[in-house]
Amino acid sequence: MANILRPAATTVLLFTGLLGLAMPFAMTGIAGAIFPLQAGGSLVVQDGRVIGSALIGQSFTAPRYFHPRPSAAGEGYDAAAGAASQLGPTSAKLVDAVRERVAAAGPAPVPADAAMASGSGLDPHISPENAERQIARVAAARNMPVPRLRALLAEHVEGRELGILGERRVNVLALNRALDAADRSGR
Amino acid sequence: MTLIGWAQIALVVAAILAVAIPLGRYIAAVASGRVGWLRPVETLMYRAGGIDPQQGQGWRLYAISMLAVNAAGFLLLYLILRLQGMLPLNPRGFEGLSPWLAFNTAVSFVSNTNWQAYSGEAAISYFAQMAGLAVQNFLSASTGIALALAVSRAFARGGVSDLGNFWADFTRVTLYVLLPMATVVGLAFVAMGVPQTFADYASATTLEGAAQTIPLGPAAFQIAIKHLGTNGGGFFGVNSLHPFEGPSALATALQIWSQAVIPFALCLTFGRIVGDLRQGRALMLVMLGFVLVATLAIYAAEASGNPIMAALGVDPAQGNLEGKDVRFGLALASLFTATTTGASCGAVNAMFSSFTPLGGLVPMFLIQLGEVLPGGVGSGLYGILIFALLAVFVAGLMVGRTPEYLGKKIQAREIKLAMLAVLVLPATILGFTAVSLVLPQAVASLAHAGPHGLSEMLYAYTSASGNNGSAFGGLTADTPWLNTTLGIAMLLGRFAYVVPVMAIAGSLAAKVKSPEGPGTLPTHGPLFAGLLAGVILILGGLQFLPSLALGPLAEHFVMLAGQTF
Repeated sequence: MANILRPAATTVLLFTGLLGLAMPFAMTGIAGAIFPLQAGGSLVVQDGRVIGSALIGQSFTAPRYFHPRPSAAGEGYDAAAGAASQLGPTSAKLVDAVRERVAAAGPAPVPADAAMASGSGLDPHISPENAERQIARVAAARNMPVPRLRALLAEHVEGRELGILGERRVNVLALNRALDAADRSGR
Repeated sequence: MTLIGWAQIALVVAAILAVAIPLGRYIAAVASGRVGWLRPVETLMYRAGGIDPQQGQGWRLYAISMLAVNAAGFLLLYLILRLQGMLPLNPRGFEGLSPWLAFNTAVSFVSNTNWQAYSGEAAISYFAQMAGLAVQNFLSASTGIALALAVSRAFARGGVSDLGNFWADFTRVTLYVLLPMATVVGLAFVAMGVPQTFADYASATTLEGAAQTIPLGPAAFQIAIKHLGTNGGGFFGVNSLHPFEGPSALATALQIWSQAVIPFALCLTFGRIVGDLRQGRALMLVMLGFVLVATLAIYAAEASGNPIMAALGVDPAQGNLEGKDVRFGLALASLFTATTTGASCGAVNAMFSSFTPLGGLVPMFLIQLGEVLPGGVGSGLYGILIFALLAVFVAGLMVGRTPEYLGKKIQAREIKLAMLAVLVLPATILGFTAVSLVLPQAVASLAHAGPHGLSEMLYAYTSASGNNGSAFGGLTADTPWLNTTLGIAMLLGRFAYVVPVMAIAGSLAAKVKSPEGPGTLPTHGPLFAGLLAGVILILGGLQFLPSLALGPLAEHFVMLAGQTF
């Protein structure tokens, strides 16, 4: 028995030391040295304060901002509690929620990403079509000419990665920050 | 479905195959002890454990060694999870887990299932993640690969009992295959935006003035092995959907690559060990065929969307986006889903519970087909070899000859043991699901009424027994009944399966290879590949189609009729 138990115990303990302690510390050191921004969560600092992460969506409800996708994370975009609705395709709850969102975003047909909740609850992106439909509202709220807004949006449409992977999309936080900056410089 | 979507799928599959070929050769070299660039560490491991890496082990000793290291791993992980409140690197001050949850989680990670009845950022300390969960990500993967190597040797050798030395296989696979791959992939993830830090969660004030707490942690290295080891347990609760766990389409593509490359490579390793690369290639192509058909089915179902939503005024152009994030796109979500369930990984980049009924049926069926397409690291290879034995047995029955595979006569003992292994999955899945559906405390965990509720329960036991770990996430899994029975299902799915497999290996190693004759069925050509695919499909179909008809298939027709629950 001892010739089985001894190697089992030493193997687990030594590998825990190597793979569970030494390697994570080494990786953290290397990552922090080469990619300090990404390793620390891609935090966005504005006027000396952390205002979020470039990768994580946040809630926007004011008409002067572009709005993100519906979120099931806590009260919406609770980054410490990422979650999906998990509602199935024949769920009455899902039907009620979607009906409400379509009514708010109308007229139909509404882009799917504006009517359906994201999987992470923290989706930082919306589709260009979804953003396009919000231009009139944002322009009115900010008293900003629509062509200027449209040009700003066009600058913020990100293409597919490496020209092929994923989808065309708009990072809502980045676009809204650009809006605020444009407003400030315009006055 | 779009052309660019198919181009994305083709690109990732090409990248998997391009690396699987040399990797298969490299793992064969590691298995034979010809790789030694970390020899001092390797020697230290042997010396500390009193291990003689040259000493051959018969199937019993090999299996007992494997069970011992897994039992030790379980014990240590259980203690870490229970005691994390007293351990360092716990900036959020998380308490130890409940006994039920700690049992379920420890079993889950030791058995390479990585079912998650908890949410990482809300319950697990940095220390427990990296020194507990991530270590088992490595060791459960090494266990699977070591077993696959032993089973491969049984076909290569004749008239012996020696299947190799478990400790040597286990140590070498960890040091020379998983560790370097996880290091490189982990750094790539950091570059793409996955955090790797010990800093406490960040506090932000959003543009609209709300407070937002942003979870962090030493995530990148753990996420790398989570995919490479086909573990699938997320650092964060929403797994690869979390913007820190799957920050981009490129990251999700790298995760698909990571969770499929070793299982495919091991087929070629098998081919090299038995001295006929064509044998391994045939197995790999059968696996690949299933993955591609499954991807097509998921992609088609999700792209055509949900007619109930279209009737409400949702534009169907983007397909079904409930439970999906914009950045990945439907094509990569479909390929990810097919590989994560085919490969026994269980990570998700889209929420299956919100898939269309047919889109959700495919991942469930892929697990039920035995987790061999391509299956978990190692477990996929020894699993498909069991199906290969059944395939030659069926062929032998048709022509009235004693079946042979790679020169080994397949006789009553092997077939009995193979059926014992194959029956573990339907017995645990259907048995536990049936009991749970009549127990009030289990039914209370369901989030849905109607056929979707059945799918939730069926998926949970399918995922646990198949050691997959993905979920129909509406289910409230953190209850004593589900934690315990799902834990038992995981144990049976892993270890009750492996012991008969090792017994088959022992029995085959003892047989002398008979020379190929004119009546031998070639096991590297399209005839055998078709036979093997048929056996896998018919076994899975017969066992599970009735339950699938009551769950996802029924829901599909309900959805077409516009009915909701």
